[in-house]
Amino acid sequence: MKRFDILEHTADVGIVAYGKSLKEVFENTALGMFSLIVDPRTVRERVCYDVRVENEEKEDLLVEWLNELLYIFEVNKVVFKKLKALRLKDERFLEAKACGERIDLRRHQFEIQIKGCTYHELRVEKDKTWRAQVIFDV
Amino acid sequence: MADYLEKLTPCCYKIPKTHKQGMLVPGIIYVDDKLLRLVEADKALEQVINVAFLPGIVKASFAMPDIHWGYGFPIGGVAATDVKRGAVSPGGVGFDISCGVRLLKTNLEARQIVPLLKDLMHELSRNIPKGVGRHGRTKLNRREMEELLLTGMSWGLKRGYAWDEDVLHVEEKGCLAGADPSKVSERAFERGHDQLGTLGSGNHFLEAQEVVGIYNDRVAEAFGLFKGQLVVMIHSGSRGLGHQICSDYIKVMNKVIKKLDLELPDRQLACAPVSSSEGKDYYAAMACAANYAMANRQFLTYWTRRSFECIFKKSARELGMSLLYDVSHNLAKFENHIVDGKEMRLCVHRKGATRAFGPNLLPKDSPYRNIGQPVIIPGDMARASYVLVGMAESENEAFSSTCHGAGRLMSRSQAKKMIRGDQLKKELAEKGLIIEAGHASLLAEEAPGAYKDVSMVVDVCDGAKLSKKVVKLRPLGVLKG
Repeated sequence: MKRFDILEHTADVGIVAYGKSLKEVFENTALGMFSLIVDPRTVRERVCYDVRVENEEKEDLLVEWLNELLYIFEVNKVVFKKLKALRLKDERFLEAKACGERIDLRRHQFEIQIKGCTYHELRVEKDKTWRAQVIFDV
Repeated sequence: MADYLEKLTPCCYKIPKTHKQGMLVPGIIYVDDKLLRLVEADKALEQVINVAFLPGIVKASFAMPDIHWGYGFPIGGVAATDVKRGAVSPGGVGFDISCGVRLLKTNLEARQIVPLLKDLMHELSRNIPKGVGRHGRTKLNRREMEELLLTGMSWGLKRGYAWDEDVLHVEEKGCLAGADPSKVSERAFERGHDQLGTLGSGNHFLEAQEVVGIYNDRVAEAFGLFKGQLVVMIHSGSRGLGHQICSDYIKVMNKVIKKLDLELPDRQLACAPVSSSEGKDYYAAMACAANYAMANRQFLTYWTRRSFECIFKKSARELGMSLLYDVSHNLAKFENHIVDGKEMRLCVHRKGATRAFGPNLLPKDSPYRNIGQPVIIPGDMARASYVLVGMAESENEAFSSTCHGAGRLMSRSQAKKMIRGDQLKKELAEKGLIIEAGHASLLAEEAPGAYKDVSMVVDVCDGAKLSKKVVKLRPLGVLKG
């Protein structure tokens, strides 16, 4: 199963992610986001962070999750390649593990800077499988 | 052409208020037929319509000639709300709060410095951190950060990063009133404390440019610009601090929307009444980001001057490196304007649009009080950039606003598919351009072909009397993150 696609946008860029479960679609959206920032093949798994986020609806929870990762990325200078949603409760609370390594400018080639996740055309929906869409400001 | 559009003049189209239920004002789009065809290719017009739903919006939901699809607001959107009953929307400012441009002058002739250009660009690149994951030369502690957020450019002046007269040549004299660091989250502090003096990435840049054309001798002379002159343009914003403030407050506004049971056509338009505590808190935090952005561009200026001194073996003062102007293009500001014959206090959101005050609206101590405010319009890295001037008549249009750049034509991935970065670099080098950029694919994303021709855009600004052309600039050396 394909994990995500890049969504074309004139000025910015988005991700459409897929998953058999809501947990999986959260993982894949984050993976998609980091793939836009840096080639995940150049990232090793050296450090892991425990992430806990909470919000009122699944769409808001997705933005919260992605923003949390962007914050850790910028402040701790860590890029992620493995995102694991451990526990998801009532579509409002997520506990996850994010693994990657500290930025090494000799090995990591940065593609874009993501300034933030927008709510524009934000979607988290289920047909047979889950699908999430988010547009980033770059 | 969409059937709901009405052509008002050759440079202006209207979307009537009756087009969609819920629109509080009409949409006004400043484009000519050619630009309109480009605008209709994406969802920008739909966003002009959506902004017309913003509570308390007056006159119209405006779009500047470089309008393109954004998130919530279109890029190039201008919306003013009544401060008494209207809303302030973080989406109407964007993540890069107070992203803006400044132009530094020199008394050098571009043709004379060609042999030193490569060394100059290299020195600038050495002194100015650019790109993702890079921190600045200074790390600020909590107390210094608070002072910086409160006082903006004065912070830099006190520490020797600015000249006394620099402050007079910046919008709001380098300090937007109403800033309150206690409304800025700990996370925003963390993200901003080591990024001062960094250029950033994406469309941010520093360029050495040459004045190649003069459209208005009188104003060019008053601005101290002459043909053949070497100038430096700097485009950057409030970095991670501003991004975090925007994310923090959209979350706050989402709660306000629920509480007030407001229905908006796009969640990114989330807002709060200007007079509510949430609205006031956002404005106070946003003003902190604006002060950070202006100080950041000052810090970049300081290192630009130092780099010039190193290469030309003269002081920056001897090199005539004074500031023409610094103006933001992502900001909400309180301004007084005439609406339906009455003066009103408004919260003017400019998202990818530049304030362009004519002489009438500038403060008495402004050096441009008799001329109008310089408007700096960056183009793409190969063709051109412009300096325009604000005009009194433009107050009757979109609250004295004008475009902010060329506007993108192609998405980033489309540009990467169609343009090869290494080939582009070669082509530009053959034209004599010196480029210091992160890597090839980044260059492809920002390729000239990915943008509209800025000359078409400024011609419409001029034609629609939003601002008047003064000089045309050509890039010589480019620094990109």
